Amino acid sequence: MRITCPLCGERDRREFYYKGAALVRPAEGADLDAWHEYVNLRENPAGPLDELWYHEMGCNAWLKVARNTATHEILDVQLASEAGLGGEK
Amino acid sequence: MRFSGWRVLKEGLTGNKGWTPHWRDPEPKSEYDVVIIGGGGHGLATAYYLAQEHGITNVAVLEKGYLGGGNVGRNTTIVRANYYLPGNSEFYSHSLKLWETMEQDLNYNAMMSQRGIINLFHNDGQRDAAVRRGNSIVNQGDDAELLSREQVRELAPFLNFDSNRFPIMGGLMQRRAGTARHDAVAWGFARGADMRGVDLIQNCEVTGIDVENGKVVGVQTARGPIRAKKVALAAAGRSGQVAAMAGLTLPIESHVLQAFVSEGLKPIVDHVITFAEGHLYISQSDKGGLVFGSYLDFYSSYAARGNLPMVEHTMESFVAMVPAVSKARLLRSWGGIMDMTPDGSPIIDHSPIEGLYLNCGWCYGGFKATPGSGSVYAHLIATDRPHGAATKFKLDRFRSGVGLMDEEGTGAQHNLH
Repeated sequence: MRITCPLCGERDRREFYYKGAALVRPAEGADLDAWHEYVNLRENPAGPLDELWYHEMGCNAWLKVARNTATHEILDVQLASEAGLGGEK
Repeated sequence: MRFSGWRVLKEGLTGNKGWTPHWRDPEPKSEYDVVIIGGGGHGLATAYYLAQEHGITNVAVLEKGYLGGGNVGRNTTIVRANYYLPGNSEFYSHSLKLWETMEQDLNYNAMMSQRGIINLFHNDGQRDAAVRRGNSIVNQGDDAELLSREQVRELAPFLNFDSNRFPIMGGLMQRRAGTARHDAVAWGFARGADMRGVDLIQNCEVTGIDVENGKVVGVQTARGPIRAKKVALAAAGRSGQVAAMAGLTLPIESHVLQAFVSEGLKPIVDHVITFAEGHLYISQSDKGGLVFGSYLDFYSSYAARGNLPMVEHTMESFVAMVPAVSKARLLRSWGGIMDMTPDGSPIIDHSPIEGLYLNCGWCYGGFKATPGSGSVYAHLIATDRPHGAATKFKLDRFRSGVGLMDEEGTGAQHNLH
């Protein structure tokens, strides 16, 4: 599996650390259910999934990667900083 | 049809013409008391214990493929009860006791081999952890022995004892642990359930779960609708998809875990041995193949095959610990789909929907749990109360944070197990 980092180009999976599903973080005062959903619950699809990967051995950028969990095909990669995940739900 | 030494002899002398199929291939009925979704090890064991222990025989096991075609046929066949934390400890103890009597109970040869497991340690910290875990196992009533470096050398002289980075200081041994023939476990429970009246229905994918007024009333399948008073999930890596049919979202990510078999070699590894250095575990099958594996690939996957970095890591660990195998050729590898929970421990509980039961989140530990899981799950389904050996596998522990069982001590988060 190879991921094309927008800053570094195509790189081996070994350079990346996997965080998991790319979810919008709840607001600071959000209730327990919102945090439970964010921290624990997963849709866990067999198919396309938006994920966070960290280019640990490269440019240190956090990436939002769309990947098919059934085939390992990488569908899209963008910088997490431009993916609008930093907002509050 | 009963198996016995006499029967094997008789069939051998008469051309093996008297054997009959081990289970029926029934048409699904329109209604059952209990429908179990998933015809793997846990689903089949659950059906068996429902019939055997609770007298509930109007049961169907629905399997989308063939019986035992999932993780029960895709693992490294290790059976053990050397867990540390309360919750896991009593459950795996219960399961190991069932393993010890299962073949007689089922009249089926599952090739249960209590060859012992040795968990090696390489430094003082790991030794302290092994002592502590060993004491916990003994307190639970199971067996654990601390082996010195020389005692390990007597049992496994082929190990690399003087590696510069990971010298072997000793090991924690559980002699009652071992391996079992994984497919035969599924077949034995299937036959046992079928003999007691359970319908095992293959090629019958569940496509929907019918819920009315917060209560489950049946399932939709590829072979038509089936009504059921109770529906029990046992879908392992596919638990998320099955639960979604009932509108539930589970605290589960499905990951791929690879396993490997070498070409057949002469007997060398007499036990199950794990290396703390790279979380490697090995045993040798009766055919001579070295069966081994290590970590997850560490990304969500349903592909049932992994990537090369983890293959490389596993081989490096293996050759570092057993230099003699460096010339052995790898015969095959495969990947299983692991239903990973945030704390690495399973869920056996009611769901928020009345009559719908959950058995999932087995992470990488499902095989050794097979009889225990079936036994406690059947108890939950039959009595609506948790079995005494499985009171802590609660679904709500993730929401509340109370009662998390993080056996590895890495933190109860999805990407850490």
